[in-house]
Amino acid sequence: MSATEAREPPMRLTATGWTLVALAAAVALLVVASLSGLIAKGHPLDTLFVDPFRQMVDAPDLLVQTIWEGLVSGVLYALIALGFVLIFKASGVFNFAQGIMVVFAALTLVGLHEMGVPALLALVLAVGVMFVLAVGVERFVLRPLVNQPDIILFMATFGITYVLIGLGELVFGGNPKQMIDEQLFLPKGAIELKMLGGFVSLQKIDIAAAVIAAAMIAALAFFFQHTRIGRALRAVADSHKAALSVGISLNQIWVIVWFTAGVVALVTGIMWGARSDVSFALSTIALKALPVLILGGFTSVPGAIVGGLIIGVGEKIGEFYWGPLVGGGIESWLAYFIALAFLLFRPQGLFGEKIIERI
Amino acid sequence: MFYREAGQYKTSYAADMAIFPLLQDRIGIAVILAVLFVGVPLFASEFLISTVMIPTLVFSLAAIGLNVLTGYTGLISLGTGAFMGVGAYACYKLTTYFPGVNIIVWIVASGFFSAAVGVVFGLPSLRIKGFYLAVATLAAQFFLQWCFVRVPWLYNYNASGAIEVPLRTLFGLPVTGPNATPEARYLVLLSIVVGLTWFASNLVHGRVGRSWMAVRDMDIAAELMGIRLLPTKLLAFAVSSFYAGVAGAAMMFLWYGGGEANDAFNINQSFLILFMVIIGGLGSLIGSFFGAAFISILPTVLKFGLPAMGVPLGGATAEHITYLVVGGLIIFFLVVEPHGLARLWQIGKQKLRIWPFPY
Amino acid sequence: MRAPGGDTRLAPGDVLLSVEGVSLSFGGVKAITDVSFDIRKGEIRAIIGPNGAGKTSMLNVINGFYHPQQGRITFKGATRQKMRPSVAAAQGIARTFQNVALFKGMSTLDNIMAGRTLKMRSPFFWQLFRHGPALTEEIAHRKVVEEIIDFLEIQAIRKTPVGKLPYGLQKRVELGRALAMQPDLLLLDEPMAGMNLEEKEDMSRFILDVNNQYGTTIALIEHDMGVVMDLSDRVVVLEYGRKIADGAPDEVKRNKQVIDAYLGVPH
Repeated sequence: MSATEAREPPMRLTATGWTLVALAAAVALLVVASLSGLIAKGHPLDTLFVDPFRQMVDAPDLLVQTIWEGLVSGVLYALIALGFVLIFKASGVFNFAQGIMVVFAALTLVGLHEMGVPALLALVLAVGVMFVLAVGVERFVLRPLVNQPDIILFMATFGITYVLIGLGELVFGGNPKQMIDEQLFLPKGAIELKMLGGFVSLQKIDIAAAVIAAAMIAALAFFFQHTRIGRALRAVADSHKAALSVGISLNQIWVIVWFTAGVVALVTGIMWGARSDVSFALSTIALKALPVLILGGFTSVPGAIVGGLIIGVGEKIGEFYWGPLVGGGIESWLAYFIALAFLLFRPQGLFGEKIIERI
Repeated sequence: MFYREAGQYKTSYAADMAIFPLLQDRIGIAVILAVLFVGVPLFASEFLISTVMIPTLVFSLAAIGLNVLTGYTGLISLGTGAFMGVGAYACYKLTTYFPGVNIIVWIVASGFFSAAVGVVFGLPSLRIKGFYLAVATLAAQFFLQWCFVRVPWLYNYNASGAIEVPLRTLFGLPVTGPNATPEARYLVLLSIVVGLTWFASNLVHGRVGRSWMAVRDMDIAAELMGIRLLPTKLLAFAVSSFYAGVAGAAMMFLWYGGGEANDAFNINQSFLILFMVIIGGLGSLIGSFFGAAFISILPTVLKFGLPAMGVPLGGATAEHITYLVVGGLIIFFLVVEPHGLARLWQIGKQKLRIWPFPY
Repeated sequence: MRAPGGDTRLAPGDVLLSVEGVSLSFGGVKAITDVSFDIRKGEIRAIIGPNGAGKTSMLNVINGFYHPQQGRITFKGATRQKMRPSVAAAQGIARTFQNVALFKGMSTLDNIMAGRTLKMRSPFFWQLFRHGPALTEEIAHRKVVEEIIDFLEIQAIRKTPVGKLPYGLQKRVELGRALAMQPDLLLLDEPMAGMNLEEKEDMSRFILDVNNQYGTTIALIEHDMGVVMDLSDRVVVLEYGRKIADGAPDEVKRNKQVIDAYLGVPH
């Protein structure tokens, strides 16, 4: 390297900056080419980059409907991610079982009702089961594995996943079940909104889901900010050792956190079960919460919510407008690619602080 | 008493650096190889070979591959199943286009295709670490799985959408296809596994393995010592996916004898192989074999063992109980020995060394 | 052990590395402000200062881990603005760390062998077979590593996983790993932190021996003033990211600003 090279470069753009500039230039070029008629309708570039947007402009009601659908599934992704974030913050465990906990909780509720337990009592019992689960996990998994490397705890949650699948199917049977939405006073039917020269139909259950999710998140936020346990929880999230040294019981905190995550799972399970049905097939969809996590960051509650909505809307729009071009079904992986793309620009996630590596 | 190194002096660095420095180990490995190559084909039943030996060998190969990535380089991957699939489809296409070339060549060569795909999906590892990377590898899993279903070219436009394994011979004996005997398939597979294990062992004991482990243990220090992170990680991805690819090809051609991607190369397969690596022992080649044997034999044992012990089981119940037991055992093993079966093996050897004395 | 490879053009006493007007900040926090100094070939150069003075950040800048916003660094006559740490390593800068940064899962031998990675070139193909060039190379480097092991008197822990070693020995292994790179410039970040007197004496002896026997240039950060004054040829003092003194140990010891920085200014 010579001395001349060491001079300050005239323009200082990071790699990220350059990529964004290049992207913007490409978009501008496409728009110009399309408007000037250089790329005709049917040209591959047009089909891929221009036509989907033309469709959006031509039928705005469809676009709104798609975005709504995306938001609703986004709320559900966000709820699963939320349960996950709670556990990750408090115990540093990458809880793979969160998706299964959703199914297990819903299955318990429905299964108990099938056995003749009144709906509301079944709900209470299901909450009780989630508490027993939390105690069990703390006693038989977390406590013996304290101080083990993260990956070991991660694998242990796989074990929990398998146990819950086995247990759930053994007790309540493996067939898909109907959610008891009416008995729980959840609304049915749809509202049709007349707008933008068409109709947008909103399922009432979806609206309820959004409202309940918002209420629950608000309650959790209040709980964490303004109660003694919430403060202890935040302390544990920052440093296990420091929390122990001021007399916070880790075991107690873990039970509380897993229980909270269990209740979040139950609520998610009810909402999701009302939209489809209750079976372990749901757990694969629950994996969608993982890209939400890389997008929002493993430790950020707002990240989980915003990330969930972005992923939900992104994949619905992608599937609806671009899916048909490649044969459909891209919903199964699009979410991961959206998350990856974000991650390449912000490795710390949406709401993470910039990481300064120290040594 | 029988396992002592006393009196075995190493007079050169080469002798000290040998992979089996002890005479007893060398004798042991020779005996094991003799049993596997001669004893098993001569005396074992077809049932044992096709339900125990062949699955164990296939999974061992995949587990070695994942161990290179996760155990040696510290990068968690949840996409092993998909990389196996790449190998299987590559092998299928290769043997369709060049039926004259020996199938064993193609089984091994298909590893290079999955290695290339692995490198592409390994690129994010430069910026993404830990569990974020694990989730990123899910992108590979779901995207590739989607390709296996949606790109009919991959399965030669078969109406069934499945790989149909053709008859291929070696020295006039059928080794793939419906007419191949389990013994023939077993011997071909065993040769591949032994050869590739030898390569893997050489790699991890030399410069390449040291760079991998350096990146795993302290990536910043490794970089400051001149080990370039991206090439090292990508090499790990390439080698790992190579092994997974060969395992996938072997699975389709030497074990299943054909089948569909959604059964064989789905996310559960990826998890299963991760179990094998963790239960066997991270960063241990022999552990990969232990883990593969454990996980592939366990369901068979439960299926045939429990009724033999007088526990009456229906088909579905048996499956549920299998889930429950596998989950419980995973947790149990992690609690008892987080370093896996390989560590138990080491402890056993240590005890044997000083036997009959306790210290 | 051969003399450190690389640059033979520089005679002892020539400037090996010069830091000119380096400033480094994280967001709004200024870690280093306009610091200049040089390190001459063959000397032991100490960097001292109170906690948070920017000493470790300075080392991180020198071996390319942090990129300064301003200033330049000239090593062996080549000036650079931005450089990957691995490139700095290839040019002959090795270091140890304040908090031991060994490869915990590997044995002492493997750790030090890992220090030879840059000098190993046998093709991947031969690595697969562990024969031919790969084996020859492995044995040749093992010999060098064994010399370092003898030098540091750690023969007994050759095959012990370093995670199981006591702290003092870990520091020694880390020095061995840096020496295995046969660097032109060796950066030691608090090599004696947390050691008892005896271990400090051992470590001081090793540092002096490395400097005398192999002529390796050393830059070290240390808090123990006794050690610094005894070992180093020249001392640079940082406070709040600025250089406040530079010179022979005796000069620095008498410097008013340095005394103020360490003892506090009387009000």
